[in-house]
Amino acid sequence: MKFTLNWLREHLDTSADLDTIVEALTRVGLEVEGVDNPGEKLAAFKVARVLTAERHPQADKLQVLTVDTGDGAPLQVVCGAPNARAGLVGVLGLPGAIVPANGMELKVSAIRGVESNGMMCSTRELELGDDHDGIIELPADAPVGTTFPDYAGLNDPVIDVSITPNRQDCMGVRGIARDLAAAGLGTLKPLAQVYRVEAIAPVAGEGPGPDVRTDDTAGCPAFYGQEVRGVINGAAPEWMRRFLTAIGQKPISVLVDITNFVSVDLGRPLHVYDKAKLSGGLVARRAKAGEQVLALNGKTYMLDETMTVIADDVAVHDIGGIMGGEHSGVSETTTDVVIECAYFDPDHIARTGQKLGLTSDARQRFERGVDPAFLDDGLAIATKLVLDHCGGTPSGITRAGEPPLEPRAIKYDPSRAETLGGLAVAPERQRNILERLGFAVDADWQVTVPTWRRDIDGAADLVEEVIRIEGIDKVQPVPLDRAPGVARPTATPEQKLERKLRRAAASRGLDEAVTWSFLSQAEADAFGGGAWSLANPISEDLKVMRPSLLPGLLSAAARNLNRGVGSVRLFELGRRYLAEAERPTLGVVLAGDRRPRGWQVGKAQGFDAFDAKAEALALLAAAGAPVDNLQVMGDAGETWHPGQSGTLRLGPKTVLAAFGMLHPSTAKTFDLDGPVAAVELYIDAIPGKRSAGFMRPAYAPPALQAVKRDFAFTVPAGLTADALTRAVRGSDKAAITAARVFDLFERDGVKSMAIEVTLQPSDKSFTDADLKAVADKVVAAATKLGATLRG
Amino acid sequence: MSDLDQLQRDLLAAIGSADLAGLEDIRVSALGKSGSVTGLLKTLGGMSPEERQTTGPRIHALREAVTEALTGRKAGLEREALDARLAGETLDMTLPVDVPAAGTVHPVSQVMDELAEIFADLGFAVATGPEIEDDWHNFTALNIPESHPARAMHDTFYLPDQPDGERKMLLRTHTSPVQIRTMVDQQPPIRIIAPGRTYRSDSDATHTPMFHQVEGLVIDKGITLGHLKWTLETFLKAYFERDDIVLRLRPSYFPFTEPSAEVDVGYTIQNGKRAIGGSDHWMEVLGSGMVHPKVIAACGLDPDEWQGFAFGCGIDRLAMLKYGMDDLRAFFDGDIRWLKHYGFAALDVPTLSGGVGA
Repeated sequence: MKFTLNWLREHLDTSADLDTIVEALTRVGLEVEGVDNPGEKLAAFKVARVLTAERHPQADKLQVLTVDTGDGAPLQVVCGAPNARAGLVGVLGLPGAIVPANGMELKVSAIRGVESNGMMCSTRELELGDDHDGIIELPADAPVGTTFPDYAGLNDPVIDVSITPNRQDCMGVRGIARDLAAAGLGTLKPLAQVYRVEAIAPVAGEGPGPDVRTDDTAGCPAFYGQEVRGVINGAAPEWMRRFLTAIGQKPISVLVDITNFVSVDLGRPLHVYDKAKLSGGLVARRAKAGEQVLALNGKTYMLDETMTVIADDVAVHDIGGIMGGEHSGVSETTTDVVIECAYFDPDHIARTGQKLGLTSDARQRFERGVDPAFLDDGLAIATKLVLDHCGGTPSGITRAGEPPLEPRAIKYDPSRAETLGGLAVAPERQRNILERLGFAVDADWQVTVPTWRRDIDGAADLVEEVIRIEGIDKVQPVPLDRAPGVARPTATPEQKLERKLRRAAASRGLDEAVTWSFLSQAEADAFGGGAWSLANPISEDLKVMRPSLLPGLLSAAARNLNRGVGSVRLFELGRRYLAEAERPTLGVVLAGDRRPRGWQVGKAQGFDAFDAKAEALALLAAAGAPVDNLQVMGDAGETWHPGQSGTLRLGPKTVLAAFGMLHPSTAKTFDLDGPVAAVELYIDAIPGKRSAGFMRPAYAPPALQAVKRDFAFTVPAGLTADALTRAVRGSDKAAITAARVFDLFERDGVKSMAIEVTLQPSDKSFTDADLKAVADKVVAAATKLGATLRG
Repeated sequence: MSDLDQLQRDLLAAIGSADLAGLEDIRVSALGKSGSVTGLLKTLGGMSPEERQTTGPRIHALREAVTEALTGRKAGLEREALDARLAGETLDMTLPVDVPAAGTVHPVSQVMDELAEIFADLGFAVATGPEIEDDWHNFTALNIPESHPARAMHDTFYLPDQPDGERKMLLRTHTSPVQIRTMVDQQPPIRIIAPGRTYRSDSDATHTPMFHQVEGLVIDKGITLGHLKWTLETFLKAYFERDDIVLRLRPSYFPFTEPSAEVDVGYTIQNGKRAIGGSDHWMEVLGSGMVHPKVIAACGLDPDEWQGFAFGCGIDRLAMLKYGMDDLRAFFDGDIRWLKHYGFAALDVPTLSGGVGA
């Protein structure tokens, strides 16, 4: 909310300077977002009088002026304005001044051979208006020599404060003044003094009040109205226009400006209807479904039966408390007006505003809650201003409905300032603060809340009032209790697992990315579709909650490859959003070169499915999964290359990871041309660590050295390495500790696999007979699978 | 006896000019079974004691000289041969090698680990909660009823209405619902931080629709704004590893805290960049306050018995302030060049002994 320093001083009697006020505003919770002094940039422009005006000897359209600046000898100035003439009082820019409109610095110069010592300015040049037909003409009695901002009252700094949603009262300059007064920056002037009246009292009128009523006492509990007949809707007084202009509101007509002024000055929105455009009386009622209104912003709004409107016998004229209608708005021909001062229910206003997507100064005030005890005063002030500036004859007042005025009181214990707020404040000081803010405090600390503070409803709120006025910076830090001894570990097993996996992945040369949780529909569909789609996505690209970690990484991979990165090794640790739960997952994408071309290896090597498998196993091992017991199974899913992918399972059902090459059509969805290897690791499927203690099982390295034996088999085409090695290992569980394929080739349709078997003697070395017996078992086990020992 | 001297001269000369094969021939011809020196040694047995006493040492000396010469010459020749071979094996040691690229940990993860480490020392555990939340946990329980103007401040992403119509689902707009879940599930005293992803329908230079926040919550008896201030100061001093951290509390408004305060941290300008510390300028970093009695009650706790504080802070912003990134959008782009530059080594694990910064 914006206001000017002078505007504030209308309400606040203070000797504080701008800096002090700005500092205090922020200190009490009214955060200053900016201060702007429009007069600063015009400080070098002066009020000056043209003494003589002669034709320029070299140019028809120019004149040579002598100008009295009120200081020393008159200056010679060349001027092209048609209205420049002897006797005119205008605004002169002296050498050194910078013209706001174009940033040009004025200098003494010769124009067509005649020296010019400054420039007489137009309103456009000073950014005060659009007029550029001639130079500014000030009244003849304008004091020559005065700086123009001083003369024009432009040296009034504009303060912009951010008002939090709880502070209804500070949506008016008066509320802000009250807070500052409570903070010790002066005294709040009586409202009657501000409006230059004896007392704020209803304006007595002739005859009955206007025909207004409320049929919707939930949405509009109170609707007060007064009519003024025979008004002239001209321009608002200079002071009012100046204030409104300063805060960025364009003066429109005196009637409109009065409502805008009172809204900002007192946080009290009003509405003025042109009586001639109404058919019958005004009623606050629920809109009918499908009813429409053309609002003052030029847009038509479709209403429904939850919304409160002000209507006459024929049409809706106002979206109650939010925005008036175009049709019944006042114009320069308006003569009779109905002034509305109503109380709209904050919840209704908020809901209607949200539904219509319509914000306005009125909504901002009504949804925070205007002072329900200020209807009579608000109407009195409005009527008084209309009578003062538009003339006319007032009617009586109609008061329909009743504003919610139940007094609210809170039992308060002043020790709470210290026990909750951490600041010991003497009870009498607290009482003083609360009373300055408008609270009534009785001897038993029963605190009655002022009608303009709807936000206050408990002792904690009172503590906040006391602390913010006393100074929250006075609160001293107090250490939290500390458990004796060294800080205890706090991480859960799941958190430790994630940390371990993350750093294991990074240590394997993978770069951690953080990608969006949401994807496009097409990207989600490439991974089986998402269970959750946003109702109001920010764009179609960020719509479906990811069912997999891979799409985000694939998009990132494509972006990187397009930027010319040779090798992409990305991972991400985050959640998949499934229908039943959010599952912690680690995704890896390998694209581009595994190894760049080089003098050692020749051509660049791409990633293959076994790289993905190696990452999967290494990460699972880091996670503490029993990698030796894992089974490789197929059917990773349609996302993957059907022949170069698999799952790693613990038992047939528990899938710990999927890995392999992506299906080319999946890659294509992400604009990836080359082969892409990937891993998805399902972190919550990894079994947790069983033992609780630190003690490891007893272990002594075997005394005897292990023996290695090689076996080469020809095998059926469909036999997997895993099946063969498992069979070999299982053939003598006592002696064989490991078996691995170390050679593989296929020739003339015959597949050969060579296996290295590790035999570990226990208490005595193997004899030749022992070794022969084991070898026989190995061969027998392999033979069962259709393998034949090669000679 | 001069023939002994002559023999030694001849042999040593032959050794001195022999190659490896020649050396063996000389060894055999001199020291072999029927070698010339061996033959001389054999003559010792037939000598008179006097003759043996004068001639013996000379013959032995001859043998030693020849043996030594042979060994020396052999070692020299072998050394030369090795040198020659190694000279032929010279490689260009300036050739490039493939050092497997080091991976990186994302700054957001690193900062989350730093936070966990710092707050663990203060007795805070790390709590988590769902990102797809319901309306009650994200708003209602936090004292933000449906018509509350504060809801408009959160640009919420909604999910379509559920079939049961009861739970209105949305993407959490802050990490504060974790406060609610913790207080509902756990008996006080409570000390937690809750880092995680949060979402608002907002996108410009300084806002992304997804970002990271960390929530802090302490519920206990006798907790005041003073504890909040100490905790934040202690945390920021540890996080930035600076003692000159100055905080400024400003009264503010959050529906779920009362009193509420925004927290500014002081900074100075060094080499044109913001450096946290000092109090030349102020920058808002945190929202905080004493947990609203209504929020405590909504979680089934008695607000007359339990009270505490909560705070919320942007993790991405904390990372930017400490490590100097200036574009939030780059955090979520996965640009490897950026990750390599701003990311952290796997072994940069934040510890209290080593410092949480890296």
